Amino acid sequence: MAATIASFKVDYFRFLDPEGRLVDGVQVPALARDVKQLVSLYKLMTLTRVFDKKAVALQRTGKLGTYASCLGHEAAHVAIGSAMREEDCFAPMYREYAAQFYRGVKMSDVLMYWGGDERGNDFAGPKHDFPWCVPIATQCLHAAGAAMAYKLHGQPRVAVSVVGDGGSSKGDFLEAINAASAYKLPLVLVIVNNQWAISVPRDKQNNARTLAQKGIAGGLPSVQVDGNDLIAARWAMDKAIAAAREGRGASVIEMMTYRLSDHTTADDARRYREQDEVDTAWKHEPLLRLRSYLVDQGAWDQVKEEELLGECAERVQGAVDEYLDRVTNDPQPIDAMFAYMFKNLPHHLEEQREIARRFPHKGGHH
Amino acid sequence: MAEITLVEAVTLALAHEMEQDPTVVVMGEDVGVNGGVFRATAGLNARFGDERVIDTPLAEVMIAGMAVGMAAQGMKPVVEAQFEGFMYPMVDHIVNHAARLRHRTRGRMSCPAVFRAPWGGGIHAPEHHSDSNEATWAHFPGVRTVIPSSPSRAYGLLLAAIRDPDPVVFLEPKRIYRWQREEVEDNGEELPLDVCFVLRDGTDVTLVTWGAMVKETMEAALELEQQGVSAEVIDVATVAPIDMETILESVEKTGRCVIVHEAPKHCGVGAEIAAGLADAGILHLVAPVKRVTGYDTVMPLYRSEMNYMPSTERIVHAAKETLEYA
Repeated sequence: MAATIASFKVDYFRFLDPEGRLVDGVQVPALARDVKQLVSLYKLMTLTRVFDKKAVALQRTGKLGTYASCLGHEAAHVAIGSAMREEDCFAPMYREYAAQFYRGVKMSDVLMYWGGDERGNDFAGPKHDFPWCVPIATQCLHAAGAAMAYKLHGQPRVAVSVVGDGGSSKGDFLEAINAASAYKLPLVLVIVNNQWAISVPRDKQNNARTLAQKGIAGGLPSVQVDGNDLIAARWAMDKAIAAAREGRGASVIEMMTYRLSDHTTADDARRYREQDEVDTAWKHEPLLRLRSYLVDQGAWDQVKEEELLGECAERVQGAVDEYLDRVTNDPQPIDAMFAYMFKNLPHHLEEQREIARRFPHKGGHH
Repeated sequence: MAEITLVEAVTLALAHEMEQDPTVVVMGEDVGVNGGVFRATAGLNARFGDERVIDTPLAEVMIAGMAVGMAAQGMKPVVEAQFEGFMYPMVDHIVNHAARLRHRTRGRMSCPAVFRAPWGGGIHAPEHHSDSNEATWAHFPGVRTVIPSSPSRAYGLLLAAIRDPDPVVFLEPKRIYRWQREEVEDNGEELPLDVCFVLRDGTDVTLVTWGAMVKETMEAALELEQQGVSAEVIDVATVAPIDMETILESVEKTGRCVIVHEAPKHCGVGAEIAAGLADAGILHLVAPVKRVTGYDTVMPLYRSEMNYMPSTERIVHAAKETLEYA
């Protein structure tokens, strides 16, 4: 006997094309008609871009450490953050600033973190959200654990985690899918596929047509969306979060986007990727298309744009001032190295703290 | 003969051995076209091709696990973990497999792989990029842990690590990757594993260290000299197994020992050396063995990292403490 006992397909969704026109012949989500909300989300995307540019400039002038830019990911990140409720839990990787800004993390928190000050991880935003997660994909399992806690507590809360195309190659991500499937967890795993893991292109991670299908392999509903289309990305998030909250289990969403920047400021992408590819990607970037759509709807114009850019520059400068003032005039004392190691400081650390106090670094701050 | 940096010496040794031995392959994240995030594999992909300088998916478990498989089947994988902080997922494969494959199979199989990683703090890197985790590896039986501290030792020790029939964790002090230049002849001559290198002769106190701390320790020795104290400096180089003989010989002469490492104090490699001195050198010691180390805290983010790192001042202070006893 021979029979097909399983088969799969991965659906792709895009509602707003790169020119900012609604795609013909598809029923668009209600958000497409909610111009007021779109304008509000567009404003956050713009603020994030202005912030990002400033952060890179701060690094270049020695005022910030290595910084991971989010250039080009704004729609995906705003979609993620804006689809969540405050009581939900976000387990980010390390460049989802727009999602975090929506949730209440301050721009100065981001600057503190990349500025080499642990206080940046003490978010102004939801106190239950996980800190930035540099070790790659480990956050997916923490989100699965958070989802498990909500399920066991009977709370209608959802955990959301983000991983990159590179991170989707790690066991942690696949193990999170398995756990979410086995325990029917209220979890949303988002692969923000920006095509590059530092210098390694997407097709060197694996030869599968999509990364979303990894979710299907684990038994989770999984889709791919145009991650530069805010409407599609947000629609997929809304659907996945509703399913998770209503007890229907976890989902995987692959958001297709492009890393328009270097991996971090410590990287130089010119060493390994063609400028043509980057130039093409700029034609698909998310702000441009949403702006075009809003202009067509009569909801946006050049005057508003300039006014917004002015406001954003002012807010970003305020955050920069706050960051620089804090690290300059209110730096962490040496004791901070010891203060948070344990709730109750063990004796040997008290002794080491004395040594540290006695021998502070003499070269000033870096 | 060119003057090269420590990281260039790593590249030189890799290229030399790939040229000599067709079973040597380099694997890791971004080691190919990009040449590694610290440029340690720069130019190797163009020279040896994709099949010998292999970009991997972003998956440390995969990298370490496949290295075990390849090494067991006649290859010599030299894998790169991008930073020491990303080696932790590799523990399972290194500890449960690489380190004991020979033993488990009564010598039928072996695992001559090298696990390289940029290691240590002091370069203003982001979180999880600045740990000093040599004691983690040193604790596990069946794997050597080697740390060079100069371009010539990077070249010679890496050649030895690749040629060694057993697994080696090779930790490269990234803070001094480009600190000094040295003439290194590409002659394929390896340096011995399992031995210390005496970097400076002295008679009053023995300063024992490894990796980037060699810099501060040598500075401390110079400062002590100006104060009339003659310090001997030893670079341990292979921190597992430790060449206690060289250290004991030195302490027999000086009667005093200060161990310097950037890693946390608790269960650090310094503790093992101190225990070795207590065991076999107690009758020659005229003062307690002192350790100048990083603290038992998480490595701070960059704005505070230099408060964590042992300073020249702390080393000098500890050496002078040992002189107060006799």
